[in-house]
Amino acid sequence: MQFMLLFSRQGKLRLQKWYVPLSDKEKKKITRELVQTVLARKPKMCSFLEWRDLKIVYKRYASLYFCCAIEDQDNELITLEIIHRYVELLDKYFGSVCELDIIFNFEKAYFILDEFLLGGEVQETSKKNVLKAIEQADLLQESPKKTLSPIF
Amino acid sequence: MPAVSKGDGMRGLAVFISDIRNCKSKEAEIKRINKELANIRSKFKGDKALDGYSKKKYVCKLLFIFLLGHDIDFGHMEAVNLLSSNRYTEKQIGYLFISVLVNSNSELIRLINNAIKNDLASRNPTFMGLALHCIASVGSREMAEAFAGEIPKVLVAGDTMDSVKQSAALCLLRLYRTSPDLVPMGDWTSRVVHLLNDQHLGVVTAATSLITTLAQKNPEEFKTSVSLAVSRLSRIVTSASTDLQDYTYYFVPAPWLSVKLLRLLQCYPPPEDPAVRGRLTECLETILNKAQEPPKSKKVQHSNAKNAVLFEAISLIIHHDSEPNLLVRACNQLGQFLQHRETNLRYLALESMCTLASSEFSHEAVKTHIETVINALKTERDVSVRQRAVDLLYAMCDRSNAPQIVAEMLSYLETADYSIREEIVLKVAILAEKYAVDYTWYVDTILNLIRIAGDYVSEEVWYRVIQIVINRDDVQGYAAKTVFEALQAPACHENLVKVGGYILGEFGNLIAGDPRSSPLIQFNLLHSKFHLCSVPTRALLLSTYIKFVNLFPEVKPTIQDVLRSDSQLRNADVELQQRAVEYLRLSTVASTDILATVLEEMPPFPERESSILAKLKKKKGPSTVTDLEDTKRERSVDVNGGPEPAPASTSAVSTPSPSADLLGLGAAPPAPAGPPPSSSGGGLLVDVFSDSASVVAPLAPGSEDNFARFVCKNNGVLFENQLLQIGLKSEFRQNLGRMFIFYGNKTSTQFLNFTPTLICSDDLQPNILGFITKPVDPTVEGGAQVQQVVNIECVSDFTEAPVLNIQFRYGGTFQNVSVQLPITLNKFFQPTEMASQDFFQRWKQLSNPQQEVQNIFKAKHPMDTEVTKAKIIGFGSALLEEVDPNPANFVGAGIIHTKTTQIGCLLRLEPNLQAQMYRLTLRTSKEAVSQRLCELLSAQF
Repeated sequence: MQFMLLFSRQGKLRLQKWYVPLSDKEKKKITRELVQTVLARKPKMCSFLEWRDLKIVYKRYASLYFCCAIEDQDNELITLEIIHRYVELLDKYFGSVCELDIIFNFEKAYFILDEFLLGGEVQETSKKNVLKAIEQADLLQESPKKTLSPIF
Repeated sequence: MPAVSKGDGMRGLAVFISDIRNCKSKEAEIKRINKELANIRSKFKGDKALDGYSKKKYVCKLLFIFLLGHDIDFGHMEAVNLLSSNRYTEKQIGYLFISVLVNSNSELIRLINNAIKNDLASRNPTFMGLALHCIASVGSREMAEAFAGEIPKVLVAGDTMDSVKQSAALCLLRLYRTSPDLVPMGDWTSRVVHLLNDQHLGVVTAATSLITTLAQKNPEEFKTSVSLAVSRLSRIVTSASTDLQDYTYYFVPAPWLSVKLLRLLQCYPPPEDPAVRGRLTECLETILNKAQEPPKSKKVQHSNAKNAVLFEAISLIIHHDSEPNLLVRACNQLGQFLQHRETNLRYLALESMCTLASSEFSHEAVKTHIETVINALKTERDVSVRQRAVDLLYAMCDRSNAPQIVAEMLSYLETADYSIREEIVLKVAILAEKYAVDYTWYVDTILNLIRIAGDYVSEEVWYRVIQIVINRDDVQGYAAKTVFEALQAPACHENLVKVGGYILGEFGNLIAGDPRSSPLIQFNLLHSKFHLCSVPTRALLLSTYIKFVNLFPEVKPTIQDVLRSDSQLRNADVELQQRAVEYLRLSTVASTDILATVLEEMPPFPERESSILAKLKKKKGPSTVTDLEDTKRERSVDVNGGPEPAPASTSAVSTPSPSADLLGLGAAPPAPAGPPPSSSGGGLLVDVFSDSASVVAPLAPGSEDNFARFVCKNNGVLFENQLLQIGLKSEFRQNLGRMFIFYGNKTSTQFLNFTPTLICSDDLQPNILGFITKPVDPTVEGGAQVQQVVNIECVSDFTEAPVLNIQFRYGGTFQNVSVQLPITLNKFFQPTEMASQDFFQRWKQLSNPQQEVQNIFKAKHPMDTEVTKAKIIGFGSALLEEVDPNPANFVGAGIIHTKTTQIGCLLRLEPNLQAQMYRLTLRTSKEAVSQRLCELLSAQF
């Protein structure tokens, strides 16, 4: 996978993850073009499209579009399920996730994504294992604060 | 504002995000952001040392601002400071900031790398995880330099936690992608391959991605992954849906891993070990069978995951392109999907069928779906699906269905989306040319193209139609008549005026006898369009007029009047003015003879690759589905680990002497006059059995000798003269073989119209089949080497070998070379080991006189025991030691595999050193086989 973008129906970018080195300018250009292309498509259309020399796989969940760019030999359907599994992970973590959760906790959305995908490849497909890793990290986050509290 | 449920919330950050969301305008947002930036800057610059929490909060705010699309030019240092914090939460935000906002500032990179180094060495799995995630996200060259040596150690260390192994594998993959030269191959590679056996499916998943990428570049080193991948896959596809627990996704066992394993197997040819191969075939069959089972869930996730595996399996089947049964089943499965109610599946089925269409085994099966595909073209509501349907029609087109497909594409063109019109035009033009039996059909098709989609007809297309009309005199009259009629339309496209002007200027005389198209009428018709045309077209028409002056002396005064008019002679455009002045002068001063010479009919164009095809390739880029031939070529190059080493001319084969070279040239006489060969398909599909094979040169001198050299070996130089070198690499397995042919241009000039054709003589064809899998580019640059693959199947035993004929143009001369391809019966030998007792028992069983062939002959080479042994092994049979009571004798055994039968063979070679003679005895169950093997082997000593 070359990159993943999350954007709203209004075209606001909510999350971006790039797995290939690109300049900021190029990233912005790609984002603008793709958001436009995908938003212009009608609901019943197919979830895949050719774009430049890449394949775009996208799916809409409520007000959010999840959009991945994959290479020629990559598998479209399994990418669609990568998106779904990521949504499930967010959902499980936040408890019926909505766009606001991702806006306000964007760093968490990144952490979850990093546990699931690394370097553009699936790292761990087990929902339990991914969430376990995130929850462990959350525990680590809380504990030092407790030890600090008497000082304040 | 939703409550932040988990972890430690950063209240200040949440407030800031709310503020931004409440901004009514872009200006308000920018104002709020600038205020925040000023605040953060002052905090960072302030005297008071910030505590970790504040630093983290501000870095996080900066990150948020950056993600909104604003530039951030400070805060990097603070983020780097967070990396060395002992608190996970702060470290994590620091790493996130670095991953998102990489800065090439080398000072910082050093600091970042230092922090990463510490975390990697910390042996704390969560810290190691963060560090690895950061390397994988940034993946810069500096990081590769610092860590590419370290990470393989982490990956294969016995005590590394599973989750760290997973991160390390993918981290290494990312570094390998950016800087392959910095990732050292070594002992770790074999340990990595064994991760395919790991108990933890997450580890296997990550490792498979890494191995796939590495194997593409280093196939030899990772060869052992094939059998491991097959057995892993087999365990997954046969497992019950609950076996894999959390790795089962909507009742599909480990779909991600299955897809990746199937992808890994696509880096290799079909497994050689029959057991592995059988197991893989079983897996693929199971996957195909499962597609027919009723779904275990109605959820789309279930069907998507299941079909993701199915499509990947089909890709592998197509990649192997060796099991006709599987290919046809795959095609039938895809046929079902063509009518599925899910748009996604229809799209993918069309796409995947495109590649199936290029396999010899499934091309016919794909063609049966033509009506469905045409229907998709007419009814699909999504342009991207229609585009796939066009691609598939293009791929499945052959001589039998070309008229139908071209007609359908033309009619679709009338309503097609603007975005894909040009591509359809190119495709129609290519198909019409490639499959034209009757060139009137070709001319009609192109004129229709111009009529329907004139704006999308590029120059290449109309240039090409003119080239073809000029080169084929049987169609010139028809073309003149047709363009004349088409020009009658009140509004016709400028491209039609160009084609019409050119063709009438050359061949208008062919229709001038008809009073309805007399010279004057032709001229008036063209000139009525003149004022509507652009400058280049007008210039072309002026040339047509001067050609008319030569063709039809009776209209000369009319044309001179036109040329003399102010609008021509004083035209503001310098090109038009010059043409008018010169043509007018030419028409007045030149005698009829001179006019006839100057304005003679255009000579035939040299044959060259269709410029249209080149344009389509350029338009679609090198790696697209449409350009099947190229795609397949690229894949097969991958399989063999990139460009094959050239069979160097310094190899064991001696270079022919200078005199032989001259003879070699002599054997390639200039082409006989008449239409150049394969004028229908410069650079298009080489139909190896087509009747159009033109005059074939006799076998090149010396080719017989070279042929004999290949009986006991598979690689080397097959042919060489001053211009061309042909090298071979081949592999055989059971009754199948694959031969890589390398054509080297030894000169510094390009070869044009380079067309290799494989000729199997009639009586041979049913027994030994050879297919050129894809054509080579018709232009071979000076000093370049091109590769071609021939797939071979032995149906039953045979004696004649196929002939490879190569025709090309070098400088001004036509070259024609034929060589026998060294495909001999013994290539399909599988050695069989057996004990002395067994050997003689079987030897006796084959005592029927027809089964034995014996030859006594004089040694042509020094009688060296080791060389003889090597030759017998190279011949393909097993060399059986301690079987013959006389140790000086050699015995061998093996089985010849053909598609229809297997033939057991025993051989015995008895040297007589004193007499410098050999006696060779062959015993097989089939007389013809004994005979042929004896001939082949006798010639080796």
